[in-house]
Amino acid sequence: MRFVLKQPSVLPGFGLTLGCALFYFSLIVLIPLSGLFMKTSTLSWEQFWDIVVNPRAIASYQLTFGASLVGALINGIFGAVIAWVLVRYRFPGRSLVDALVDLPFALPTAVAGITLTAIYASNGWIGRYLEPLGIKVAFTPLGVLVALTFIGLPFVVRTVQPVLQDLDQEVEEAATTLGANRWQTFRTVIVPELWPALLTGMAMAFARAVGEYGSVIFIAGNMPLKSEITPLLIMTKLEQYDYSGATALGIVMLVASFVLALAINLLQWWSSARHMHQ
Amino acid sequence: MSIQVEHVTKRFGTFTVLDDVTLRVEAGELVALLGPSGCGKTTLLRILAGLERPDQGRIFLHGAEVTDQRITERRVGFVFQHYALFRHMTVAENVAFGLTVQPRAQRPSATRIQEKVRELLTLVQLQAMADRYPSQLSGGQRQRVALARALAVEPKLLLLDEPFGALDAKVRKELRRWLRRLHDELHITGILVTHDQEEALEAADRVVVMHQGHVEQIGTPDDVYEHPASPFVYQFLGDVNVFHGRTVQERTLADIPPLPEVDSVVSADVMDEHEVTFVRPHDLEVNRSRTNPSQLEATVRYVLTAGSRVRLELTAEDSGQTIEVELTKERYRELNLREGEVVFVHPRHRQVFKIPQS
Amino acid sequence: MNTSIIAAGKDLQWKDSLTTESSLVRRLLIAAAFLYLTLFLFVPLVAIFSEALKHGLSGYIESFFNEDALAAIRLTLLVAAVAVPLNAVFGVAAAWAIAKFEFVGKQALITLIDMPLAVSPVIAGLIYVLLFGAQGWLGTWLAEHDIKIIFALPGIVLATIFVTVPFVARELIPLMQSQGREEEEAAITLGASGWQMFRRVTLPNIKWSLLYGVILCNARAMGEFGAVSVVSGHIRGLTNTMPLHVEILYNEYNAVSAFAVASLLTLLAIVTLSAKVLIERKTASPDRLKSRR
Repeated sequence: MRFVLKQPSVLPGFGLTLGCALFYFSLIVLIPLSGLFMKTSTLSWEQFWDIVVNPRAIASYQLTFGASLVGALINGIFGAVIAWVLVRYRFPGRSLVDALVDLPFALPTAVAGITLTAIYASNGWIGRYLEPLGIKVAFTPLGVLVALTFIGLPFVVRTVQPVLQDLDQEVEEAATTLGANRWQTFRTVIVPELWPALLTGMAMAFARAVGEYGSVIFIAGNMPLKSEITPLLIMTKLEQYDYSGATALGIVMLVASFVLALAINLLQWWSSARHMHQ
Repeated sequence: MSIQVEHVTKRFGTFTVLDDVTLRVEAGELVALLGPSGCGKTTLLRILAGLERPDQGRIFLHGAEVTDQRITERRVGFVFQHYALFRHMTVAENVAFGLTVQPRAQRPSATRIQEKVRELLTLVQLQAMADRYPSQLSGGQRQRVALARALAVEPKLLLLDEPFGALDAKVRKELRRWLRRLHDELHITGILVTHDQEEALEAADRVVVMHQGHVEQIGTPDDVYEHPASPFVYQFLGDVNVFHGRTVQERTLADIPPLPEVDSVVSADVMDEHEVTFVRPHDLEVNRSRTNPSQLEATVRYVLTAGSRVRLELTAEDSGQTIEVELTKERYRELNLREGEVVFVHPRHRQVFKIPQS
Repeated sequence: MNTSIIAAGKDLQWKDSLTTESSLVRRLLIAAAFLYLTLFLFVPLVAIFSEALKHGLSGYIESFFNEDALAAIRLTLLVAAVAVPLNAVFGVAAAWAIAKFEFVGKQALITLIDMPLAVSPVIAGLIYVLLFGAQGWLGTWLAEHDIKIIFALPGIVLATIFVTVPFVARELIPLMQSQGREEEEAAITLGASGWQMFRRVTLPNIKWSLLYGVILCNARAMGEFGAVSVVSGHIRGLTNTMPLHVEILYNEYNAVSAFAVASLLTLLAIVTLSAKVLIERKTASPDRLKSRR
């Protein structure tokens, strides 16, 4: 028997559509991305390492990954609350809130950036109340956190929501009939079900935040070593025609993205495997 | 149109779904492919339709080889298990589809198509539903739309994949009688896949019993029910009591009712074979007293009265084996049995199969 | 709001009292959700329009009627007009191959399609600069032939295509997989040609998801900032898209105009979200077919 590349099917168009898709996605995605790796290979290892562990770069990683992580954690908590409230309770404005949760996903990042800056600036709608408390948001690392939290908001809600919807309420009733109180039921029956989806959502929010550029640069203040994120550092190097520097940092970001994408895939596989056994 | 399947083998990966299957269907026949899920019956049907290609073997339709023919050239009507109705089209549009996609030169006129759709909907008794959408129909109605849609292109061969599988018991029964009558009217060659023995026995002219990619038996419904060719067929077609023994010579073995009048012994009389005796519950005669030395003594454990029949669950005195018996209501009343009482059983009819000792 | 929560609470009280929380916990959770969404969603949304209308309606309208703003709008529309149809056509092709066939390397293709979502927009721009820029792999050849890609329209289009390439395919693949192959197989058994099958069976079944994929793709194409920022060169009136125009205006302390242009993009986002809600309703409601007639 010959090695089967494709299961036979009577449906037409396989060769045509697969050919088109491979051609297009290779041209648009694969070839340009591999160009990045080829460019890196023109750098010596020492050159590469110098750029990558430069103090300014290290500071930018710390801010980018740190703020992304904190933002993902905040979204983990509030995203779960929002998903819970949207699925389990009925209240006025529920469907509007449900629709608006996706706003950070649809709103251009530049718009988000200038808006958050305007609100959280010391004379802004929210910033003016924080100022007397000694909290400065705009043009500080805290501003980076605000922007990254904003853009990560939909992810946890949208991954937890369907799982919560599919949760069989009979299981909760069963727990109750067996004598569990509400908190015990929540802890022992509901949380274990939500956990994979929650982690997946947080990982997605984190991944999105790490690469974010537009919404951050307006609010960050962009002080080197202090409030400069890695994508901005790449941008700065590009504007100075330092292509090697931009490429080296780009590779760091790209590898981080791939590792995160892999982690998300594993998480999703884990959560779907759990559900298959039930 | 007659169908000939010759030595067809089909594998999915390392799993052999069909293993050297050969069978012949005469023109105008309605044949049922019967077997448990995974026996390869649906795959065989899809190969006949041209939806799958066999790895080996050949298919002939009306004497002409079609193994390599594309599905569109075979002119077969295929009714899918889940109907595969086009959900965005009305019933009428669904039925008309096969006609409207014909090349312009062959396509009937719009009024002719309308007429044809009306005829077909009358045939399947759905005239009133022409403008409904599939989602607004019951399961049985969807099934009939699927059938009308397949018939619209006037196929020479009609293939039905578990046509009543998704319906409830009462509708299944109605529909399969209706299908039988429809087939008698149209005389179109038809093959129907089912895992329901009652459906196969009632609707088909002939039944092909399949098991693990093999054809176990081909015959008329009476044939396969009365004279099963293998232990599998026996067990698959209805309830059965199984008695195990070791050799034919040692008939005195406690767990075989040692009867002289054996109806059929299938394999040759060879020593040291594992022998299995099959008796259907309704083929067991029950008496309150011993009338015959070969009767088996048993205790009544449970009495289950279901509809017109009474089922007894007995425990054999010597071996402790559970025996199922089915009686008519009259016989049950006559015997006036109670749970815990001792009875004597012997088969009116049985079949012995010998399986080589492994 | 509180009264109706209490009313709903009463309704739930005896029926679900065992499987829901006390009304205090319920109210606290809803309040927490609203507080969070107010800080991060509602206030920003109101702020955009409030800032844009700071100098009244005339100031708002003036922000659009100048050469640079109009050029930015025209360029944005042009870029989307190229990028979105291309991504739609190839997205449908990819979804067809992936959803309806089993073949070796399918997972690799899905990963390839998803990749742009994992990549920072700045890197999306960077890879095209490295390919087509003055110092890039093809830079010398392009310069010799006087073809400009980076800091010109083709670069902007390419970067936009890269960033928005997954949306149509991702919207379609799960739907087409869940719809299975049977309807298409039925069409083929009834004698339909490939094109007839696609136009009359597949397309009607996927049209709403396709529409949403296109709308989402369009919103992201028009709003893309990071990737376009890298390849554009910010040449006013020439390579400035609307989001880049917003940035320039904002950096020039022309907040009103910046927010005015931003409000247009916000409206686009709101339209996109509304389309999502409408299409979800359309595809979820069981008697959607009845209303078609």
